[in-house]
Amino acid sequence: MQITVKFFAGFREGRFKARVIELETEISVAQVVRKYEIPEAEIGILICNGRHVELTGKLEKGDVLSIFPKVGGG
Amino acid sequence: MALERLKNYLIKLADTEGLLPLSAYKEIKGKFSLTDKDIEKVILENGFFPKRYQRQRAVFGNLQQLRLLQARVAIVGCGGLGGSIFEMLVRLGVGHLLVIDPDFFVESNLNRQSLATSANLGRDKVEVAVEWGRLVNPVIDIEPLNKVFQSSEAEDRLSTCDLVFDALDSIPARLELALLCDRHNLMLIHGAVAGWYGQAASVAPGSAKMTRIYPHSSVSDAGHDATSSGIEAPIGNLAPTVNAVAAFQVSLGLKYLFNRDPDESSAGCFIDLSELELELLS
Repeated sequence: MQITVKFFAGFREGRFKARVIELETEISVAQVVRKYEIPEAEIGILICNGRHVELTGKLEKGDVLSIFPKVGGG
Repeated sequence: MALERLKNYLIKLADTEGLLPLSAYKEIKGKFSLTDKDIEKVILENGFFPKRYQRQRAVFGNLQQLRLLQARVAIVGCGGLGGSIFEMLVRLGVGHLLVIDPDFFVESNLNRQSLATSANLGRDKVEVAVEWGRLVNPVIDIEPLNKVFQSSEAEDRLSTCDLVFDALDSIPARLELALLCDRHNLMLIHGAVAGWYGQAASVAPGSAKMTRIYPHSSVSDAGHDATSSGIEAPIGNLAPTVNAVAAFQVSLGLKYLFNRDPDESSAGCFIDLSELELELLS
């Protein structure tokens, strides 16, 4: 199956903006995060198909996962 | 009748477009025992318009301008985001502004905080805000509170507001503010910045949205370690990002003040000014 992974802000450095990835088996959001070596503490908003998703969430065929860094300044 | 007399007076003082200058308020005050805010209410209820809002008359009309005048809005944090939000709300004509911040201005605020000047370093941020706000718009009420929002006094005053802006600079504090807004059924408009990046979102009471914005943080995270702050710690804060996010927050806030429907007002976005990108969040 295919899913799309989108990175935002500094997460793009050394990775990519958006890419369609081919998977053999079902995968969780946490597995994607580990695959691309993103420190969990740096993660902010996680969106799948326009809705908030948790790390434990499972991704299905055609899903678009967006990963944003934690932004907290004022 | 006093009201009839006042209406006739407005007709006399208004220009051909029905606009009333600030000098008219003064003249009316001399003859009727009314506050500037009472006078502005009568002006807006009777189809006239304050001259100061001439350029937003076509956008808002009398009803929405009156809504703004009668709104009670809180800004929690009066730094980068808070200063810009405050400036916009004063100019837009929001009738009651509660500004909460325990801090004073320091030199490193000057790069982005609109109320910071080299002359007012060391002065309390809320005190400077009131002074500036009264100069720009003497009609509205500005209530400063030089305390942390976690104080009981702050919570009492926040509970009477229609809308709260999150202009804080700490993630645990934002989560705490969201809990306070849940307790008092208050709509919260979140905003945060880091470098060229920023986000703004409406957080309806009871929606737990703030915990989804910061899924790996908690109210009890102390200090400035990796879990309590975001990427702003290493990459800093910039004026263009602060102003862009503040503008989104104010726009989200107006949307809520006008329709008072948390579902209808639910929206958010993440912006990347280095790439001129905007991603909508639900």
